Amino acid sequence: MPSPTPQTEENLTDLVPDLPADLLAEPPHPDVALVARAKAGDTAAFEQLIRQYERQIFRTAQHITQNREDAEDITQDVFFKAFQKLDQFQGNSKFSTWLVRIAVNESLMRLRKRKTSKTVSMDQDVQTDEGSIPRDFAEWRPNPEQNYNQAELAEILRKTIAGLPPGFRTVFTLRDIENLSTEETAEALGLSVPAVKSRLLRARLQLRERLSRYFGKKNEGSAKL
Amino acid sequence: MNCTDFLAKLTDYFDGQIDPDLLAEVKQHLGTCHHCEVVVDTTRKTIDVYRHHQPYDFPEELSTRMREAVMERCKATGKYPDVEKRASKPTGT
Repeated sequence: MPSPTPQTEENLTDLVPDLPADLLAEPPHPDVALVARAKAGDTAAFEQLIRQYERQIFRTAQHITQNREDAEDITQDVFFKAFQKLDQFQGNSKFSTWLVRIAVNESLMRLRKRKTSKTVSMDQDVQTDEGSIPRDFAEWRPNPEQNYNQAELAEILRKTIAGLPPGFRTVFTLRDIENLSTEETAEALGLSVPAVKSRLLRARLQLRERLSRYFGKKNEGSAKL
Repeated sequence: MNCTDFLAKLTDYFDGQIDPDLLAEVKQHLGTCHHCEVVVDTTRKTIDVYRHHQPYDFPEELSTRMREAVMERCKATGKYPDVEKRASKPTGT
């Protein structure tokens, strides 16, 4: 007996021409129902949303501000603001992207307060060419994990990303650490897609250059932290 | 394709957003340029090491403390007690 033909979207509509389009659409993200319940006053639903995204929001804030206490305050403020503005969330973007956008704004505001004499924005220091042209061509062997223990590696990663300008650090955090798409990163930061790509390239190359000091093959043994 | 052209395409190459003709050129360049090959390998490791080794811990105690503080602030706005009012309100049609 021949095996049945797999049902693609195309042949389903051929077979059942009147099939409603919404049956063929992707199922809604589970957050949509949680947000609707939270809007209707369901505290457990809002608490569930906090549980789902608190780690991501905290890490994003800490990467941008480089300060743990600030990140804690910002995380609380982000969820409180989200709660207050829940009615304004229209569902045009993912709920997580909406939260990240609030977190980025709050984090940059916190940096501005800290550096009262300097303007801190997504554009700060991004004109620098430092690190945008590779200079270090040493291979990383063995892999970074093999030369350092967890605590040493964490310190290297913290020190290295802290040296990036906030505009680069933020793009790298959202795109490469938190795994947002280029489009979601652009939306969260209010940047164009080409601007995100350009900053991401430079952020990656600068980090690579700085990490090469620790992980490059030319360093026999571990570099000093 | 030279090294400068290659670098300009590096983000699209990593993100898999490169058209097949250009991809063939990129691969050809990588096959002949050891420096660019190293840049690709070490940049990929840069991304991987940050993705797999979170440098900031997030203990359960911090999570609980923050969540409780947020929920307290939310409840203090008086927004949620409306639910009780709505629940007791007769639903006329």
